[in-house]
Amino acid sequence: MPLSSPCQYGPVDAVKPIVELEGATVRFGAFTALDGVDFRMFPGEVHSLMGENGAGKSTLIKAITGALPLESGTLLIDGDPVTFPTPQAAQRAGISTVNQDVDLLANMSVAENIWLGREPRRFGLVDNRAMRHQAREVLNSLAVDIDPASILGGHSLAAQQLVAIARAISVDVKVLVLDEPTSSLDTDEVAELFRVIRDFKERGVAILFVSHFLDQVYEICDRVTVLRDGARVGEYLTTELLRIDLVQKMLGRDVAEFAARERVIEPDMPADPFLSARGITSTPGIADADVDIAAGEVLGLAGLLGSGRTELARALTGVDRPEDGILRIENREKRLNSPRQALSLGVVYSPENRRTEGLVPELSIQENIVLALQAQRGVMRRIPTARQRELVISWIDALGIRPADPDRKVRTLSGGNQQKVMLARLLALSPRLLVLDEPTRGIDVGAKVEIQNLVGDLADNGLAVVFISAELEEVLRVGDRVAVLRNGRVAETLPADSLNADILLALVAQPDLPEA
Amino acid sequence: MSTTDTTARQSTDVATTISTFTGRYVSLLPTFAAITILIALLVGAELYFGNFLTPRNVSALLLDNAYLMVLAVGMTFVIVTAGIDLSVGSVMAFTGILGASLIASGIPVIIVIPVMLVAGAAIGLLIGVLVQYFNVQPFIASLAGLFLGRGLAYVVSLNSIRVEDPVLVWMRTRIPLGDFYIAPTGIIAIFTVIIGALVMHFTRFGRTVYAVGGSEQSTRLMGLNVARTKVMVYVISGLCGGLAGLLLTAYTGAGYPRNGIGTELDVIAVVVIGGTLLTGGRGYVLGSMIGVFVFGTIKTIISFMGAEQSWTHIIVGVLLLVFVVVQRAIVSRSQQKE
Repeated sequence: MPLSSPCQYGPVDAVKPIVELEGATVRFGAFTALDGVDFRMFPGEVHSLMGENGAGKSTLIKAITGALPLESGTLLIDGDPVTFPTPQAAQRAGISTVNQDVDLLANMSVAENIWLGREPRRFGLVDNRAMRHQAREVLNSLAVDIDPASILGGHSLAAQQLVAIARAISVDVKVLVLDEPTSSLDTDEVAELFRVIRDFKERGVAILFVSHFLDQVYEICDRVTVLRDGARVGEYLTTELLRIDLVQKMLGRDVAEFAARERVIEPDMPADPFLSARGITSTPGIADADVDIAAGEVLGLAGLLGSGRTELARALTGVDRPEDGILRIENREKRLNSPRQALSLGVVYSPENRRTEGLVPELSIQENIVLALQAQRGVMRRIPTARQRELVISWIDALGIRPADPDRKVRTLSGGNQQKVMLARLLALSPRLLVLDEPTRGIDVGAKVEIQNLVGDLADNGLAVVFISAELEEVLRVGDRVAVLRNGRVAETLPADSLNADILLALVAQPDLPEA
Repeated sequence: MSTTDTTARQSTDVATTISTFTGRYVSLLPTFAAITILIALLVGAELYFGNFLTPRNVSALLLDNAYLMVLAVGMTFVIVTAGIDLSVGSVMAFTGILGASLIASGIPVIIVIPVMLVAGAAIGLLIGVLVQYFNVQPFIASLAGLFLGRGLAYVVSLNSIRVEDPVLVWMRTRIPLGDFYIAPTGIIAIFTVIIGALVMHFTRFGRTVYAVGGSEQSTRLMGLNVARTKVMVYVISGLCGGLAGLLLTAYTGAGYPRNGIGTELDVIAVVVIGGTLLTGGRGYVLGSMIGVFVFGTIKTIISFMGAEQSWTHIIVGVLLLVFVVVQRAIVSRSQQKE
């Protein structure tokens, strides 16, 4: 497929690119992260950077935002060659970045988070009133209503994300880099963000929108640059590139379409569930939820952020103690008081936030995998080193963890591989029910497919799996049955075959009828 | 408009006001709690003894605890960055005995006082550099500072050195204010609190101190100077240690190398009671001042009751425990909200 030339870019063909990278090369030791990559962005466009993890997306972002020096190649801003020694220098030149994990200060006010380091001053002292006033103006320009004097930590992640954007645009911004801005937002919040992005586009700002969600990329982006293994595959107009082609270019191979799993169990409610919950109530979050999960099936939980997805998972696995409701495991009534006790019954939970609640980033793959198993056996019965090694290598093999080095620190792994380490740790406990909360969040498409297929395999091997994801397509693809959560209730449980993404979206988004 | 409408609207107004208030001032709650406890202590003691809230007692509260207040200001800076400074007690002892011995050997006060302050700041600088550039845990680095300060104090003199210098004598003269009185040491302490509070809340440096306590990583990414800030808070704490040495020497009329053993723990206690989170990011210099008053009041009550002074530490210990638990509860509640 030919590369699109600037003339194909329609109305702005006369416009010069605002950012241009020519032959950019970045090496880390022997590893070439970027290999002679050309990249450009025009004013007033939304550009997406696509590629698997390790393709060089973050390196490229760092190269244009001053976080990493180029080994060779040139960076041109408005046609002039520049080098940015620090991110601050890039910001002064009008290039602002909002990182994936909101890098703000939860203990300080919204206004301070926007202006910190550039506070307005009077007589040498910080003028808090003027700062709040200016913060209000910036927030108003985004049309968001957040009290500038309130403490940031009290706001939702979505609101914090908007504050991060407010900080990024509070300087005269020409290029706005958004790295995975939507990974923790729900549908409404994404719509809100897109409204803000379109607004900037109107004003002639160039926006680099990096996301794993193909839907979103197609919805908001004009052009896309695809990277693979540190090299540029090409630059395309999104209107001219089919999704399947895009995925193929990213993966560099024919997509073995997510092999439709043979569905074993299809009844609405399994006759003989492994776990059966009735009337589970846990405030805040879920009220009167009924769930059944049988061995060998995947139950997908679909719902918007705040619908009680995570709360239900936590109540089923002993992390939170529900206030009300009956939990039966293999037809015997149980009370789960702790994750440890749940584990003794074969119920394990993989938390939503693997980095802060699950893995220990400074420990090795081996240590992370063995951690829970050792804890289960007790400190006194240490697993012999050789046995640990053997175990870990077998899991690395089975799940395809890369790099396959048991001593590698988990911090250095990509998101997908971290998730696999998390899975390996839980699977090493030989669970009967695995509850996965957003296992594919923030990982690249290839790893996502691998994890999805893995979940299918596990269920085929007789494990009961609860699979939570914000991506409805994914829930449908992986789940045998889908439980739709709305406002803390399980509104419906349906076989996945009877649904498609549109129907499911309608179910998830449907307003609850007022109770009589 | 019907009455129910108006009431409903009023109640939502009230609800918004409350949520605005909690959204803005959650972190003030522990300090409010400290003020409440202070008032309860004062009122309770007055009701119990009948002659507690006399001008004499109230004035003594400031005079007796001036050095503690100065140390607490410095400690607040350090703890807000999520650090800790164990050296302050021995820095105070060292600068105190250093000053006393210099004055005794005939060096003019105008030179001695800056020397004391610089000596304190230098030990603080050392700790700050260890923490920032050698990546030593603040606990360990300041423990080294504690031993260094104490050792240096013994090097200067093993015995108490009396100070008869007119300036230092003047510093403890009681200036009457009606029935109350205040000594220059108390004025210095109050000034330190005011300057500390101004720096914390109205300078970029002060805001960066809070930012570092919130998240060092994010602060760095925002392009703020984390290294300088972290070193500076220990320098400030050391400087306050030097100033406290001066105040204590003036107050007791002598330098003594065994002064301030265990004072660092009192200081940490008053700062925490005043509403500063040991995990950093939240806290107020004015709160620490309240903490000092709580501490001082408990001490006075104990001596009024004629009980053993070790009861002060038992009660302060219990209070500290309660406060840490309350803070935990506040923090976990605000995290739940996310």
